[in-house]
Amino acid sequence: MIWSKRNILFFSVTDKLVLIVLRLGAVIAALVMLLILIFLLTESWPALIQITPTRFLTDASWHPLESTYNLTPMFSGTLLASVGALVLAIPLGLASALFIVFYASARLATSYRRLIELLAGIPSVVFGFWGLTTLVPLITQLHPPGASLLAAILVLTLMILPTITLTAFSAPQAVPDEFLRGATALGLSRWGMISGVALPAARIGIVAGIILAAGRAIGETMAVLMVAGNVVQHPAGLFDPIRTLAANIALEMAYAMGDHRAVLFVTGFLLMLLIIILAVAADWLKKNSQDWSASS
Amino acid sequence: MNKRLLYRDHLAQWLIYLAVLTVSAVFIWILSDLTRGGITHLSWDFLTESPHDAGRSGGIGPILISTFWILLVALTAALPLAWTAAILLAEFVSSSSRFGIIVRFSLQVLAGVPSIVFGLFGNAFFSIYLGMGFSILSGGLTLACMLLPILVSTAKAGLCAVPQSYRLSAAALGMSKTASLIHLLLPAAAPALAAGLLLGIGRAIAETAALIFTSGYVDRVPGSLLDSGRALALHIFDLSMNVPGGDQPAYASALVLVALLLCINILVIKFAYGLQRKRIMPV
Repeated sequence: MIWSKRNILFFSVTDKLVLIVLRLGAVIAALVMLLILIFLLTESWPALIQITPTRFLTDASWHPLESTYNLTPMFSGTLLASVGALVLAIPLGLASALFIVFYASARLATSYRRLIELLAGIPSVVFGFWGLTTLVPLITQLHPPGASLLAAILVLTLMILPTITLTAFSAPQAVPDEFLRGATALGLSRWGMISGVALPAARIGIVAGIILAAGRAIGETMAVLMVAGNVVQHPAGLFDPIRTLAANIALEMAYAMGDHRAVLFVTGFLLMLLIIILAVAADWLKKNSQDWSASS
Repeated sequence: MNKRLLYRDHLAQWLIYLAVLTVSAVFIWILSDLTRGGITHLSWDFLTESPHDAGRSGGIGPILISTFWILLVALTAALPLAWTAAILLAEFVSSSSRFGIIVRFSLQVLAGVPSIVFGLFGNAFFSIYLGMGFSILSGGLTLACMLLPILVSTAKAGLCAVPQSYRLSAAALGMSKTASLIHLLLPAAAPALAAGLLLGIGRAIAETAALIFTSGYVDRVPGSLLDSGRALALHIFDLSMNVPGGDQPAYASALVLVALLLCINILVIKFAYGLQRKRIMPV
């Protein structure tokens, strides 16, 4: 039945009840975030009060059973893998986006976009498995041991490429047509139009996509764990095995006790903070990017 | 146009085509690798039998059942919360009010949290603090936390895509807010809700890192929700990392998982097609 009412300026009794239920749901949903923060903090508290934070940087090595907690090899591993993946994924992702918006016919553009969306849907464990059974043996032929920084970079590239393409492609698409028509009328070539008009206008959206992709690369666990070799060391080259912060948590949580467990929670907390900062920055950029449609 | 510019244009074009070809080729490479490796091992028996010898022989029957239960727990917990939050944010609370800002911000932050951190939280809160141990319930609830943001954002985008004139007409006819929601807005946004639900299901069955320390490794058929159960994605991980000689069943399991996810994603695209896809597909 349809409830109607005499006066639409005020909520009816049903509306008020519904509103209470809705508010309750939303409050619980918002509290989940708080709960996660509280539990990460309480679990990492023992480590935070007993171990001075500088020890994470200055301890002799990562031997948690002997109470030495040097996290720097994991920091460098995470950083190198993420940066390497970004270096490969940014050109490929941007080229894919430009292909969809400017180069492909409508049909081809749609099917290529579907392909990218399906690539985004492949789970990380399958990427890891494929990397382990296909990429790692190939890299071993090139330079043993195979499971290495390079393998991690390649797998991560495939995983973050869709993020870059799908955010970047909506950015140049939002550039108004008259900009592009103006560019063509001025006699700019297609690449001149893209590099001189479309990309600068879409700059902020693209950067936001790259930041999101960086967040994904830093937080990715399973795929990297399966192909990176997981040796705690500063890699000397692309063929050296590495261990990332996220992989370290997944590897050692199973047997970690006491301070060791608390240190793993500290790294989880750090990862979360880092990625929150990146996500907020990307969102802020998106909000503050110039809305061309409004100005035309 | 002078010659140098013409060259530059051709070069850019070829580079872009090359990048597109590379990406497509790698995608096809992955799919064909999985198909080639898994198709011979795949059979009806593989889907229904129990795993033997740590998964080297036998099938994935109990693992599919565990995956289903984990998914069901996650959706039962997450859907009511997510959709009420989405309705509230889209229809009742202005996005500039303090309440709206807080809820939106916390969901946005939640969306960025890496899955291994959800695993840590689930282990500390559900498994240990609430005493659920390694169980389907604990894993499902951890996944529910993970699914909240994606379910909220898709449902909210779907509701926001319903034209404003619907709301104005409903108000002009004197329909109450609740009535217009039930009879007008929710049916109009149903495809978006369905697309969001499917995306959530896809995320849930693809998840590994959040489940290792919450739902556990046991590969028997779970007797109750408090039993440990191994999810399909975790089975692939275990076979390829911890079981020497487990590649064949791992290929077949990966093929099952990818086929499931491809079907789900194609359905999502179908559902979302009529709507403005850009707005309801999170990146």
